[in-house]
Amino acid sequence: MHPAFSVIFLTTLIGVGQGLFLALFTAQSYALFDLLPKQDGQSFYATGTLIALLFLAAGLFASFFHLGHPERAWRSATKWRTSWLSREVIVLPAFMGTLLLYGLAHLSGWKPVLVTLPSGLAIDVTVGLGVVAWLLAFTLFVCTAMIYACLRFLREWHTPLTVINYILLGGASGFTLAAFFAACAAPALTGFFGGWAVIITSLGLIGRVASLLRNARLKPKSTLQTAIGIKHPRIVQKSQGFMGGSFNTREFFHGKTPALLRSVKWLFLIGAFALPVVLLAIGMATASTMLLLLAFAVQYVGLMAERWFFFAQANHPQNLYYQSIA
Amino acid sequence: MTQLALVIDLNVCVGCHACVTSCKEWNTSGPAGTMADERPYGADPTGTFFNRVQTFEVGEFPNTETVHFPKSCLHCEDPPCVPVCPTGASYKRKEDGIVLVDYDKCIGCKYCSWACPYGARELDEKQQVMKKCTLCVDRIYDQALPETERKPACVMACPTSARDPGSVVSKAIRENGGYLLMPEWGTQPANHYLPRRKTRLKIHDDELERADNPLKIDSQLPKPGMAEPSLDDVTSW
Repeated sequence: MHPAFSVIFLTTLIGVGQGLFLALFTAQSYALFDLLPKQDGQSFYATGTLIALLFLAAGLFASFFHLGHPERAWRSATKWRTSWLSREVIVLPAFMGTLLLYGLAHLSGWKPVLVTLPSGLAIDVTVGLGVVAWLLAFTLFVCTAMIYACLRFLREWHTPLTVINYILLGGASGFTLAAFFAACAAPALTGFFGGWAVIITSLGLIGRVASLLRNARLKPKSTLQTAIGIKHPRIVQKSQGFMGGSFNTREFFHGKTPALLRSVKWLFLIGAFALPVVLLAIGMATASTMLLLLAFAVQYVGLMAERWFFFAQANHPQNLYYQSIA
Repeated sequence: MTQLALVIDLNVCVGCHACVTSCKEWNTSGPAGTMADERPYGADPTGTFFNRVQTFEVGEFPNTETVHFPKSCLHCEDPPCVPVCPTGASYKRKEDGIVLVDYDKCIGCKYCSWACPYGARELDEKQQVMKKCTLCVDRIYDQALPETERKPACVMACPTSARDPGSVVSKAIRENGGYLLMPEWGTQPANHYLPRRKTRLKIHDDELERADNPLKIDSQLPKPGMAEPSLDDVTSW
């Protein structure tokens, strides 16, 4: 497929936003049970939520550049019964709205207790909103990934690994950003976020390598024989029917050499996984805020390369019909 | 449920592209707006088409056959492009099974084109909406046209009658080995293709000789050879 930068930005940016919120809420849940020191609502949770919201808004903004008619985008919420894209269009604003309320509750300090657990633990409104946003964050990961995973003849995408990797890679970049944010706003949590960032990034590497291995072993189901229904083993296209370009020759092929594709693969394996883990480890050991920022920046660029590769690697069966100009 | 379809006979398609130009001419002139051509006389022309004729070489020289292959939307009975559309702009008509795009609802996200294994959908660069074969839905029901012309433009244009619409379709599919493209995806395309067939001419002897040649009927004279003149050659009657 031809990788569109609007979609690369959308999926990576909202992944960071979702991951950052998951990190914040994980810290809040731990703090609720006194496993981590409690943090200030305004300077930590509200600011962190604002950063997550900025990433989500930037992703939403990028997505509009993918549309031929952005002014009709509201229509895309209608077919949620059948279309994962429609579901994403609903869940993304719902998640952002819940996140806004979550941030506002922390900012204003308005925390009425919803329920008190038998142990005497008070569940306030920020926890309630956080649980809803937590569910929506995972739903959004699933919706975004299923847009690609549900297309059965794009076999590189049609696997549960796609969903697992969207969750892990978004989570990894979010926790890495959370480590940097904690180093600035709540140094006591840097090790917690950084540690989880290393774990999730490593899990992400396992998931991504698994999908690379799987895709390398894929045998195409569609061939020129099934495409035109002629059983002869040797068929060569002599003409695709036109000499210029068309939507079919632009949209479904990355137009780059196999060598470049291989380079991008190594680039993202190093940039999104290996280098950030090293930078995180050194950054935590030396308590260097700049190294943690660098870890996030490198990982984000690496994930953009990963997403570019994700799209470029998918081989659409329609390409069988567009192989020769004459 | 009715399902309209085309059957395309690869045995007689000569690859003349008349269906391509006829389709473009009819559909670019309609009320839905033009099918945009960008840089038509430039170095890198591109344009929107509903229909293409492609050419394949089957076999190894010298035992090759050239197969011309017209390709347009197959109007699948289970179209994978329809459920993925987030706006409902892509839909399959209940009454006749034609898969259509509502150009006023399409947001141009291209997702349906990703979901079509055949590459039957093309984004119009000017209108920025997804376009595809309509099976000439604006011709086939038009009461203002003579009944013989209520056919898709590609069918009207085909000089060898390689494209058949309507009631003859199911018979042609059944009797001539009609098949589906990419059956492995279970999309159940409505359009079928008829395979190449070996053309054999069986000529009987009595078709070469005049059965009423008296020289050959009465048997009183020895039967002349095939090269001998017949009565037609020696008399003026």
